[in-house]
Amino acid sequence: MQSMALWKRVLILLVCAWGIAGAIPNLFYGQVERHNDAVAAIEAAGEPATPEQAADLALWPNILPSALMNLGLDLRGGAHLLAEVRVEEVYKSRMDALWPEVRDALRDLRDQVGSVREVPAADPATLRVTIENPAGMAAAVATVQALAGPVSGVTAVGETTLDVTSDGNDIVIQLSEAEKRATDARTLDQSLEIIRRRVDEVGTREPTIQRQGERRILIQVPGIGSADELIGIIGTTAKLTFNAVVPGGRTTDAGADPGPRRLLLPSMDEEGVYYIVEETPVVTGEELVDAQPSFDQNGRPAVSFRFDSSGARKFGDYTLANIGAPFAIVLDSEVISAPVIQAHIPGGSGIITGSFTVEESTKLAVLLRAGALPAQMDFLEQRTIGPELGADSIAAGRIAALVGMVCVAAYMIASYGAFGVMANVALAINIALLMALLSVIGATLTLPGIAGIVLTMGMAVDANVLIYERIREELRAGASPRRAVELGFERAFSAIMDSNVTGLLTALIMFWLGSGPVRGFAVTLGLGILTSMFTAVYVTRLIVESWLDWKRPKTIVV
Amino acid sequence: MAWRLRLVPVKTNIDFFRIQWVTFGASIAAMLGSLVLIFTVGLNYGIDFQGGTTIRTESTLAVDVGDYREALGALELGDVSISEVFDPSFRADQHVAMIRISAREGEESVTPELIAEVEQALQAIDPAISFPAVESVGPKVSQELVTSAMLAVLAGAVGILFYVWVRFEWQFAVGTVAALVHDVLVTVGIFALFQLRFDLTIVAALLTILGYSVNDTVVIFDRLRENLAKYKQMPLREMMNLTANETLSRTIMTASTTLISLIVLLIFGGDVIRGFVFAMLLGVILGTYSTLYMAKNIVLMIGIDRSDKPKASGGASEFANIDA
Repeated sequence: MQSMALWKRVLILLVCAWGIAGAIPNLFYGQVERHNDAVAAIEAAGEPATPEQAADLALWPNILPSALMNLGLDLRGGAHLLAEVRVEEVYKSRMDALWPEVRDALRDLRDQVGSVREVPAADPATLRVTIENPAGMAAAVATVQALAGPVSGVTAVGETTLDVTSDGNDIVIQLSEAEKRATDARTLDQSLEIIRRRVDEVGTREPTIQRQGERRILIQVPGIGSADELIGIIGTTAKLTFNAVVPGGRTTDAGADPGPRRLLLPSMDEEGVYYIVEETPVVTGEELVDAQPSFDQNGRPAVSFRFDSSGARKFGDYTLANIGAPFAIVLDSEVISAPVIQAHIPGGSGIITGSFTVEESTKLAVLLRAGALPAQMDFLEQRTIGPELGADSIAAGRIAALVGMVCVAAYMIASYGAFGVMANVALAINIALLMALLSVIGATLTLPGIAGIVLTMGMAVDANVLIYERIREELRAGASPRRAVELGFERAFSAIMDSNVTGLLTALIMFWLGSGPVRGFAVTLGLGILTSMFTAVYVTRLIVESWLDWKRPKTIVV
Repeated sequence: MAWRLRLVPVKTNIDFFRIQWVTFGASIAAMLGSLVLIFTVGLNYGIDFQGGTTIRTESTLAVDVGDYREALGALELGDVSISEVFDPSFRADQHVAMIRISAREGEESVTPELIAEVEQALQAIDPAISFPAVESVGPKVSQELVTSAMLAVLAGAVGILFYVWVRFEWQFAVGTVAALVHDVLVTVGIFALFQLRFDLTIVAALLTILGYSVNDTVVIFDRLRENLAKYKQMPLREMMNLTANETLSRTIMTASTTLISLIVLLIFGGDVIRGFVFAMLLGVILGTYSTLYMAKNIVLMIGIDRSDKPKASGGASEFANIDA
């Protein structure tokens, strides 16, 4: 029989060496992590290392591999949120914004349609407009339809943004299906971006923020105290507007009728006080370019802000024209404060005062800087895992892995003697390869993932068992040691292949359909199957053949 | 000859069909029993599948479930269950409890206020208490999780059915899948019987059981296919016994290494994944049993058409040509 070709032996040894080198950083997790953090911090700052950073850097030599497995939330501790974005809210604000346009367009048709008036619609995502003269309906619908533009996006060629129909005397206007889809996608993208900015402002490590399905966002932030805290940061829409307060608009009557196109809003810190403001804001938070926590002249916490050029012009013009009148600073439908305009404010910067604590003013500044969420979110799932529980789980997993490995190894040696030792070497290399692979692809290790690794140890030896049992049979049938080993590997291969392919199949399905911890488990299980096939078939064979070449035994006992 | 640990003698001649009506009947009875249990008693669903909140508490003071219940009773939370958790890895003064609050009807999303209220009420009776894990799932998501979990197990079984069908004969595929259904169903039945918590990780365990059980079965079928080509005249029943006896050593060996890992995990792995490991343990035992007593029997009952040539020829299958 021919031994393995030299290049093949070298290749196998190289893969094994790579696996061991790649696995080593994970044994010194804390040190390597601090080293990596220091490297990232120095790179980001672009400055020479501080003494602390230098000390962290020295914890791990630069020349060694430093990729680590990510620890999942259940091991590191942190918060997990699944949020659903209320995309319909955006339809409504689109319709609200459309009404003045519709009114102006129909005004030009006054002689055909008569007077027009907006009526409340049952579905907030539609705009209903009653026209006085039904005879002009066709013309009115055509006019409104002409306001629609093409839907942006590749899949929606030739479709327009609006669906306009008539219902008795009413024109019913809503976004077309294609436009709704395009809007949803934009809303999600904006929300993702804003959540990312807000979470980044808090400065925790490696948050996961990803879209799930049509309207959901998954947010995982390691190291944060609780899901509540996370909701506090990302759950606020932070919609800031500056609205004109109507004359005599301060009231204590919660049931006051604000009148058309006006809003009755509660005061944030004065209980029972309400303000009636114009619905259309003078300036909105979207025109802010900066917001910083600061203090007012009395030393109380406040937030200073600056508008962009168009916002600054609008704000300047408005303050010039309305000296002596109050205006309201509105955050998420609550009036933070309603100061009286003392003077013309050019230059577009100002300060928001209210009864803030320092933390509140800091948080508000963060929220304003990051921008407003386009729509509110509902939290469908929230999980908080404390760091101590994660540490306990890691400790338990580590012990289980060590004890499991020792037990399996002892059992293999008891069953197969020297061949058991060879299988154990292959098993150790298998675990190293698995850890190295997980590190390189940046997979996240979860608690079920650790269980997957321990289970892999038990199942990985299956291939070795198949081979060894086959070799025993061939020996019993009278084959020479070399021939028996060769036949053993060959004949066991088809069973190994079939059984592992089915295992891979289930791992793939778990990965495809599962989420969170199940996915983490699927990754470790799937990779474990691949590495165990490699080590059982190639590494063990290399070891066994080298041993045969070296010893040249006349008989062997498996 | 060197000493070797042998759980199975070198040459065995067990007739796996001798008591086939007993074993087969027991399997059918277990499956039917599981179905009845699942539909009458029902499963103890975790919040993943039912919606609600679980709070893990930890304190240096001993847990008094009655006190906890009293403290929470004033909040009118509806269906609350409180249980103390024990684990050999806990420190002497580490007392852990799990509190589960079912989702209230009509509540779509989770309310952080409610959780804060619960935490305050507990802190009032036990100042040393902390909350290492708080998890809430809305009923909407849990419905979807149930659907996708069932789909996952179903997709796993169908995938395996097709693979075995392509690689072997359709009779083998039917036998394999019958064994899989048996393993998964009886595992779920045992969870219903003992009212063990059934959540997403248990589904992952079920899928792994699918993988393990099929692995076990396929190894025997692979050998059976080889023997079919080798002994053209041997009666099917005899040949199946020969095959099972030839591979018995391997079946027991692999089951025991896997069981060793699982038992170690069960003891040392911590209470968080205990349910998951237990499900897997059941699955491995059932998988080994069904390999020996279920899958083959069904193939024998259906019978194999041996007039034409089997798909693979001789001892070496198509994979053997790959130079290892």
